[in-house]
Amino acid sequence: MTLKTIATARVPVRYYEGGSGTPLVFLHGAGGLNMDQTFLDVLAQRFHVYAPLVPGYGDSEECAELRDMLDFTLHTWDVVAALGLKDPVLAGFSMGGMIASEMAAVAPHDVSRLALIAPAGLWLDQHPIPDFFAMLPFELPPVLFYDQEAGAKAMTAGVDLSDPNFLQAFLVQNARQLGAAGKILFPIPDRGLASRLYRIRAKTHLIWGDSDQLIAPAYAKEFQRGIAGASLTIIPQAGHAVPFEKPAEVVAALSRLL
Amino acid sequence: MKFTWFNLMPWPDLPDDFREKNRSVWVDIPSRYFDPVRAHQVYNDHLDCLEYAAQVGFDGIAVNEHHQNAYGLMPSPNLIAATLARRTQDAAIVVLGNSIALYNPPTRVAEEFAMLDCISGGRLVAGFPVGTSMDTNYCYGTIPGLTREKYAEAHELIMRAWHEPEPFAFNGRYTKLRYVNVWPRPIQKPHPPVHIPGGGSVETYDFCIDNTYSYSYLSFGGYIRGKALMDGYWNRVAERNTPDNSPYRAGFAQFICVADTDADAERLYAKHAHYFYNRCLHVFPGFADAPGYRTIKTLQKGILNQYAPTKIFEEVPWGELIESGRVIAGGPETVRQRMEELIKGLRVGNVFCLMQMGDMPKDKVQHSTRLFAEQVIPKLRDIYPDYASDSRFWCHPLAKRVTPASLPVEELAR
Repeated sequence: MTLKTIATARVPVRYYEGGSGTPLVFLHGAGGLNMDQTFLDVLAQRFHVYAPLVPGYGDSEECAELRDMLDFTLHTWDVVAALGLKDPVLAGFSMGGMIASEMAAVAPHDVSRLALIAPAGLWLDQHPIPDFFAMLPFELPPVLFYDQEAGAKAMTAGVDLSDPNFLQAFLVQNARQLGAAGKILFPIPDRGLASRLYRIRAKTHLIWGDSDQLIAPAYAKEFQRGIAGASLTIIPQAGHAVPFEKPAEVVAALSRLL
Repeated sequence: MKFTWFNLMPWPDLPDDFREKNRSVWVDIPSRYFDPVRAHQVYNDHLDCLEYAAQVGFDGIAVNEHHQNAYGLMPSPNLIAATLARRTQDAAIVVLGNSIALYNPPTRVAEEFAMLDCISGGRLVAGFPVGTSMDTNYCYGTIPGLTREKYAEAHELIMRAWHEPEPFAFNGRYTKLRYVNVWPRPIQKPHPPVHIPGGGSVETYDFCIDNTYSYSYLSFGGYIRGKALMDGYWNRVAERNTPDNSPYRAGFAQFICVADTDADAERLYAKHAHYFYNRCLHVFPGFADAPGYRTIKTLQKGILNQYAPTKIFEEVPWGELIESGRVIAGGPETVRQRMEELIKGLRVGNVFCLMQMGDMPKDKVQHSTRLFAEQVIPKLRDIYPDYASDSRFWCHPLAKRVTPASLPVEELAR
């Protein structure tokens, strides 16, 4: 994958590009793309992948003008247009799935294939989504991974919180990334998507880890209730971070859209 | 110098094993620790202490706003201030303050502060904090990354509401009002003096400098630790070519306990200090700083020692609480010396005296308060004679104020 920059109306956007075949736009989750590089590589074996970063993620420029769900939705459409893509496969994980759903709902005629991997965007009182904004780093693996040990190891690779310089950089990155994510996810990751799901006309495939402790698999049923004809693949022995834990299985499920 | 008696209103009955059994005193503290019947006594004791401080000669009495917090029982400081306005005569009523981003619409603050100013005869000092992340983001759900923008807009709206004599339309991003027409309006013109509690954000330094507001650092870390932050402020004041560096541009909150002797201070107050530091400040670190709440600029400036992944408030012995300056305690002369260090070291004209600590009972609070008022304040009063006439940061009460009428006792008895 190659990291590139493209201009949009509001802000230059950083994106990864690689592979060949059917164009696919992948929208990352609140954790960014650091842990999903393997997933992108596997994805690029089947698709021509474009994976833009939400402004503020990685080394990308922040964008104070992105404040609410509509801003995020239209901005991401701007990115698709800037990339010169027409009706790419639209895929999103977690927060990215929420954005992809909104894009498909506001422009139903522009999306014919939609892949939602453990998407955020709905809220069920019976299955409250844990408050990951308030979690300490060591509290995250149990809600993100099926194999917590492997997940924790990957999360902390290269992390040294006892080094003040590292800590400062880490806090700045956290503030930039989750600060941006918070605009659509804090304090409750629901910006009214439920009332718009009916507009989605795309062939939609949902992909969920069977052991997702962040957004419980019960949410898959709710998305299926809202999106006509949506199909579902449940991946065994996988937590919320299913693209990280089961990249091949996720890509195989995604390929059903072709 | 202006000495303001500042009460956080802690809940006094957190159990000995509170820290072990609970993750936080704030945000998600179990409600079973709150006993409303007991609270009837607790609130009235705290109010008695505030009124007592006004009576013995403090310049001001101060209250603040916290939510879902066992060391701050004032979700609405304005309610408390209203009772104080009736039961005190001369002291400034310092509300430190209203977290203006949390009021919908924020004109509510312009209205309530105007009410307090009218009831008290112009004794209001108005505080506009951004609010802690615990209160603003976790308890009241404001999006961290938009908190400051929302705050700035609320401030603009309140100020226009106080300044503009005619109704106007306000088309904000967060508040849209066709008819802004605050009624009642404050006695103090164009508005009561404003103090901004801050925690080291560069933006807040600039905000105070630009608007001639007093910057207050309401830390519990004490004056020695607070020096770095206050130096940061004064450096900024110099950098920005501010017309003066009046000490009244700044305030600092400090725990103070006075007894007849140093030994008495430890005997009387140590256990209450421990209660405060070890139970009341037991805040889950995940609530301390929602991502996006602080600006990148502030994070990059790097006042980050407080975020290091070590426990901030470990069980510390009395000696260290004193040594580190977190608590200034002792006999009157000891306290005077250390207060002078604080006032000169931090260059502050406003001191917010935290004289009630944790579960300290009323009789001890009043003992300490009285000793400070009678034996310490007079010796510190004129530390900054060159700025004695700087009244920009203090209230301007009416010269002739009404006294609440006494109740018609005889008629009622009949």
